[in-house]
Amino acid sequence: MKTAKWMRELPLHLLLLPGLVLVLVYSYVPMLGVVIAFQKFTIFSGWFGSPWIGLDNFRFVLDMPNTGQVIWNTLFIACMKIIAGLFVPIVIALLLNEVTRSFIKRGVQTLIYLPHFLSWVILGGILIDLLSPSEGIVNAMLGKLGIEPIFFLADNRWFPAVLILSDVWKEFGFSTIVYLAAITSVNPTLYEAAVMDGAGRWKQTRHITLPGMMPIIVLMVTLSLGNVLNAGFDQVFNLANPLVYESGDILDTMIYRIAFNDAQYGVATAVGLFKSVVSFLLISVSYWLAYRLANYRIF
Amino acid sequence: MHHISPARRVFLVANAAFLSLLAVLCFLPLVHVLAVSFSESAAVAAGQVTFWPVDFTLKSYDFIISRPEFMRSFVITLERVLLGTAINMLLTIMIAYPLSKDVRTFRMRTFYVWIFVFTILFAGGLVPWYMTIKYTGLLDSVWALVIPGAVPVFNVILLLNFFRGLPKELEESCFIDGAGHLRTLWTIYVPLSLPGLATVGLFTIVGHWNAWFDGLILMNKPEHYPLSSYLQTIIINFDFSHVKQEDLYKLASISTRTSKAAQIIVGALPILLAYPFLQKYFVKGIVLGSVKE
Repeated sequence: MKTAKWMRELPLHLLLLPGLVLVLVYSYVPMLGVVIAFQKFTIFSGWFGSPWIGLDNFRFVLDMPNTGQVIWNTLFIACMKIIAGLFVPIVIALLLNEVTRSFIKRGVQTLIYLPHFLSWVILGGILIDLLSPSEGIVNAMLGKLGIEPIFFLADNRWFPAVLILSDVWKEFGFSTIVYLAAITSVNPTLYEAAVMDGAGRWKQTRHITLPGMMPIIVLMVTLSLGNVLNAGFDQVFNLANPLVYESGDILDTMIYRIAFNDAQYGVATAVGLFKSVVSFLLISVSYWLAYRLANYRIF
Repeated sequence: MHHISPARRVFLVANAAFLSLLAVLCFLPLVHVLAVSFSESAAVAAGQVTFWPVDFTLKSYDFIISRPEFMRSFVITLERVLLGTAINMLLTIMIAYPLSKDVRTFRMRTFYVWIFVFTILFAGGLVPWYMTIKYTGLLDSVWALVIPGAVPVFNVILLLNFFRGLPKELEESCFIDGAGHLRTLWTIYVPLSLPGLATVGLFTIVGHWNAWFDGLILMNKPEHYPLSSYLQTIIINFDFSHVKQEDLYKLASISTRTSKAAQIIVGALPILLAYPFLQKYFVKGIVLGSVKE
């Protein structure tokens, strides 16, 4: 009887095998590869031949003059994106829900979802063209209002704002889907009862729609916690230049430069390991909180 | 209920106007770039182009299509999308099916789930990932773009939740009729999950089309870049170092701005074309993946 059960499960094991092998090689081997962070790693000596140097790579990172600034930039940009990325979609979902004409509702949704599907290479190219101080259409329009051209992508005062606003542009429509779904799942009899009690639209929104959305909002807030060290590599890499490193350089772009421009693989991995460990803790906490607060399970 | 107060009417109109304006504003940058790409470079330089082409011309498109690097990277992207999507989808189905079973029918299930889910929680980071790909000998081939990301864990979770939503009775009757796991998977689960698979599939295609970073660092030669990586070097980094002399001459007559605009449009075109089909599916897929009991 025991063997029969095992035999029945065998095809399931076999189905998993190829995926398992690939994950072990391309996800778990790199996890072991973080030993580079404690080595004076060179490509020629490899993982097994490079000399161990303890925490020297970490000390080197801490001594770099801009490390503190980069961590601050990462936290600031990520947190602002998280806040804007929660607030804007909730407001837009509430407003969209009030639209009575379905062709406007659908049209608006179609247009605001679209940027999500374009890559930061495309959107970055568009932004670089739009925001150019000499020929960009944004500065041309500002010029008509008598405003001096602003070099948005090379000015440390403007660059973080450009990052946050353009991230909202790309993602708010898509995030709206989740909140719209939450609104439609609110029990309609609640509204009928509220109307009987003489509640207007605003009261209905405040006392029925918003509380009805609360579980989803709590869920999205907790899940976003895991992203505090992810300020958006694709976006920053495609928009930043040395002039705005002071305000726009983040951990991921720093890791990239240390690795591929300076070929300091050990140092880059040390920064990466720091980021991975903190992110791991944050994601674990956020999933645990999401489970406790919103009864959310990923599988 | 049929009576609408004047204040409400004002709100409805203002709200619809505001949202329409916002939506148009989201889309206008793309229209502007489209207009630039179809305009004569002199008109663009003079700042005459806003949202409609001035002195309509296809010169920029002619130029980029005539460049061998462009066509070469386009072919590599096609290869990548076809291979990558096929592998991703096959593995997603093969992994999601066993993991959708409960512990009683598949005793090791929880163990396996954690192996896959852990890769979402922790990653080795850029350099160890790069080194692994280097040591396994994939660098500089299309396989480097396809194999390391072959198991899309989020899609697996999405599909396994979809599988779990299917009625148990179907599967049981299939087993009673003598079918094994493989047969049940292909004749019951896959056909019934087509909406879920379509969502995942379209996201996978878009993902492969848009991916640029892996091409940039895993390909040693620019000749092996897929289109998105190639466009990254041309549009963003403005790296014309591997452009030939006579091309530079040609480029002078169409301006880098119009040719960049044309390349942005070409890079976005397949997504713009697939978008209507995408949109039909993804709302359901997203809600399914993010909001559940």
